[in-house]
Amino acid sequence: MALLKNGYLSQDELQKLPGVPTPERLAKGPVVVIECAQEIPCNPCETACAKGAIHIGENIIELPVLEEEKCSGCALCVAACPGQAIFVVDATYSETEGTVTLPYEYLPLPQKGDLVDGLNRAGEAVCTARVLRVVNPEKYDHTAVITIAVPKALIMEVRSLRRKQSEV
Amino acid sequence: MRETEFAIVGAGPAGLSAAIEAARAGVQVTLIDENEKPGGQLFKQIHKFFGSKEHYAGVRGIDIGYQLLDEVEKCGAEVMLNSVVWGIFENLDLGIIQNGKRNLHLQPKKVLLATGAVENALAFPGWTLAGVMGAGAIQTLVNVHRVLPGKRILMVGSGNVGLIVSYQLLQAGAEVVALVEAAPRIGGYAVHASKVARRGVPILVSTTVKEALGKETVEQAVLVSLDENWKPIPGSERTLDVDVICLACGLSPLAELAWMAGVDFTYIPQFGGWMPLHNENMETTRSGLYIAGDLAGIEEASTAIEEGRLAGVAAAESLGYLSPAAAEEQKTVIRKRLNQLREGPFGEARKEIKEQLAFGGGKWRY
Ligand SMILES: Cc1cc2nc3c(=O)[nH]c(=O)nc-3n(C[C@H](O)[C@H](O)[C@H](O)COP(=O)(O)OP(=O)(O)OC[C@H]3O[C@@H](n4cnc5c(N)ncnc54)[C@H](O)[C@@H]3O)c2cc1C
Ligand code: SF4
Ligand code: SF4
Repeated sequence: MALLKNGYLSQDELQKLPGVPTPERLAKGPVVVIECAQEIPCNPCETACAKGAIHIGENIIELPVLEEEKCSGCALCVAACPGQAIFVVDATYSETEGTVTLPYEYLPLPQKGDLVDGLNRAGEAVCTARVLRVVNPEKYDHTAVITIAVPKALIMEVRSLRRKQSEV
Repeated sequence: MRETEFAIVGAGPAGLSAAIEAARAGVQVTLIDENEKPGGQLFKQIHKFFGSKEHYAGVRGIDIGYQLLDEVEKCGAEVMLNSVVWGIFENLDLGIIQNGKRNLHLQPKKVLLATGAVENALAFPGWTLAGVMGAGAIQTLVNVHRVLPGKRILMVGSGNVGLIVSYQLLQAGAEVVALVEAAPRIGGYAVHASKVARRGVPILVSTTVKEALGKETVEQAVLVSLDENWKPIPGSERTLDVDVICLACGLSPLAELAWMAGVDFTYIPQFGGWMPLHNENMETTRSGLYIAGDLAGIEEASTAIEEGRLAGVAAAESLGYLSPAAAEEQKTVIRKRLNQLREGPFGEARKEIKEQLAFGGGKWRY
C-alpha cells in the first residue's frame, strides 16, 4: 500500500474507499471526499454531519461510509475531523475550474483573493490556486476551512496549499 | 507524618481522572506532581484527539487538560505541585521532596502510581552532539515554551509521536527535511502521515540514521537504507544538511517507584517493555497499590483517562465510599469505553494482552 510507504493515498487506493463519491455524484456539485482508510477508533465526522450523510455506527473503528445523495457539501465535517482527512470538492464551479475546500492550520492564514500554490498529496506544487473563502469561526477551534479554485482536472489531486514564496 | 486516604503520584491524564472519580465519591485525595503545573503530557498536545464524543474526540489535548483541571478543582482534591515522590515504603508511605528542599512523609491508605513514561533513546555515532533530541523534549520546547530548537529537522520514527511532532514543527515554521522509519511501513495513523506528506515531507521507510556529523552541534545526518532483515545496505548512504535530529523511537513505562514497591512485573513489547502486572481494577500484585496510564503500558491519553477513572472508582470502592454494586456499574461503563479505544488493527493486540493480564492468571508472568 502506497499509503503505508509514502504516507499518502494513491488514486487507486482512494477510489476503493467508502467515503469517496462516485463520478456521477461529483458531476452534480459540491460533495465531501473522506480520505480515511484505516480502522481507527474515531467518529467525530459522523457526529458533525447534520444531514446524516456519514455513517460509522456503534463500532467506532469502522471506516466512514458516505451516503452521497444526502451530502450538501456544506463542509461542516471538515474542521471536525482530527485526522484532517475530509475535503469538499465542487466540479461544477465554472467551465474550467473546480473548487477544493480543505482544513488548514498554518499561520498566517491566506486571504480571500490570494494566489497560492496548490499542493497534491505528496506536497508537490501542481497549480496556482485562487483563495475564494477562508472560514475560521470559534466553533472550528483554530482549524480554518479554506476554499480554493483549481483547474477542474485537479480537484481530486490538490489537498493543501502554500502561500507563494515571495509573500512569505 | 501526614495522612491521606488516597495518594496519586503523577497528575497527567491518568492521575487527574483518578482524582476526579475518587474525590467525587467522597474520598480524601492527595494528587502529587513534580511539575509546576498539573497535566502531564496533555499540555503539549495541541492537536485534536481521536475517539468518540465520550472520549473528547475532536478536542485538542491541551483543552482536555483544562477541562480535567477544572473538574479536579471542583471535586476538592488536594493538589501538591513541585513535589517529587522519591520513595515508597513498607506501608505504602511516600517520601516526598517539595520545592527541592522540604521533605514530607505521607501515609496514605491507598496509592495510585500514574507516573507516565520515559522516552527511548537511539545510539549512533554522533548521538551525543547538541541537536540530537527526544521528541518529548522538542514538543515541550516548541509547544510549551515556544522555542524552535532548529530550522532543518530530521525526524526518526514514524509512530504517532514522530508524525504529530513533525506536523507541529511544520506549524511552528521549521522545515522537516525527512522522516525516516527503520520498519518497511509507517507505524502511526495514516491520517497523521498524510498531514505531513501533503506539506512535502518525504517519509522514508526501511531507512535509518547511521551517523550524525558536526563539530559541536549537529550539522549533517547520514541516512542508510535497510534490507528486509534490517541490515544496512552498503552504498545506500546519503547525507542531509540538518541542525536537529529528533528521536521518536518509542516510550517505556516510568516504573522506578513500582519496582521499589516490590510488585510483580511482566515484559510486553507492545506496551513498551517492563510494566507492573495489574488486574481489571488496575490494582497491582500489592494490595492497595494501583497503576494507570502509560505506566500500565504505553498507550494514549484517551486510554490513560479511562484507566485512571477505573483506578479511582476501584480505590473509592475499597475505601468503602462506593457500594460494590454502584462501583461495578461505573466500572462497566468505563471498561466499555476503554474497549472501544482498543478496537481495530492498532488496538486489538493491546486489548487481548490487557484481558489476559487481567483475567488469564499468570500467563504473562515472568
Ligand atoms: C507527541 C505525542 C503525541 C501524543 N498524541 C496523543 C493523542 O493524539 N491522543 C492521545 O490519546 N494520546 C496522545 N499521546 C499520548 C499521551 O500523551 C500519553 O499516553 C498520556 O499523557 C499518558 O498519561 P499518563 O497520565 O499516564 O502520564 P503523563 O501524562 O506522562 O503524566 C505523568 C506525570 O507524572 C509525573 N511524575 C512522574 N514521576 C513522578 C514522581 N516520582 N513524583 C512526582 N511526579 C511524577 C510526571 O512529571 C508527569 O507530570 C501523545 C504523546 C506524545 C508524546
Ligand atoms: S459536507 Fe456537510 S452534508 Fe456533506 S458530509 Fe460533510 S457535514 Fe455532511
Ligand atoms: S473524523 Fe476523520 S479521522 Fe475520524 S473517522 Fe472521521 S474521517 Fe476518519
